[in-house]
Amino acid sequence: MGSPKNPAVKRYIVRVATLMTLYLVVLFTAKWTFENAQVEGPLAYALAIAPALPLIGVFWAVMRYLTEESDEYLRMLVVRQCLFATGFCLTIVTIWQWLQNFDLAPASNGGFGAAFFWFIGLGFGALYNKLTLGDWGNLW
Amino acid sequence: MKNRLKVLRAMRDWSQADLADRLGVSRQSVNAIEKGRYDPSLPLAFAIADVFELTIEEIFERDA
Repeated sequence: MGSPKNPAVKRYIVRVATLMTLYLVVLFTAKWTFENAQVEGPLAYALAIAPALPLIGVFWAVMRYLTEESDEYLRMLVVRQCLFATGFCLTIVTIWQWLQNFDLAPASNGGFGAAFFWFIGLGFGALYNKLTLGDWGNLW
Repeated sequence: MKNRLKVLRAMRDWSQADLADRLGVSRQSVNAIEKGRYDPSLPLAFAIADVFELTIEEIFERDA
């Protein structure tokens, strides 16, 4: 993780920590409710979508970091990281989809959606930065 | 893009962190620019020129 002195990084860490805590609370609440209560109609849809919202919030936190980071080099590293993550995620989900199309992969993805692969891609993107430019970047 | 950042810094006895502080950027930025791994934007190149009281052309060399 980047320098703790960097105010943009500090804000990013606080936002992501808050959102991930919220994610865990919402996820377990939604799971428990679906398992223990009869939820139907619009409420069921709202409850099913609820765990996605904090994850979307993490996408927002990454983009917000990009607008708040005043150091152009550090910003460029994270842009490269995001592009790498996007390419990685699209590649995995496209391959997965075609395996499903020909019944070679199960219809369910076991809860590992695009967000999971994008976050994994961010890690690989940081590694790509380190190998090609010598710096990990601030978000990894 | 080649540059004389390391020499100019040494002439003033500045560390990379000293130059970074003067420019308001990270030490990683100074290191990346110095090693030619990152070409600064025009505003940052002007800021570097101002810090050294030189022109951009006296610090950066265009690629052959």
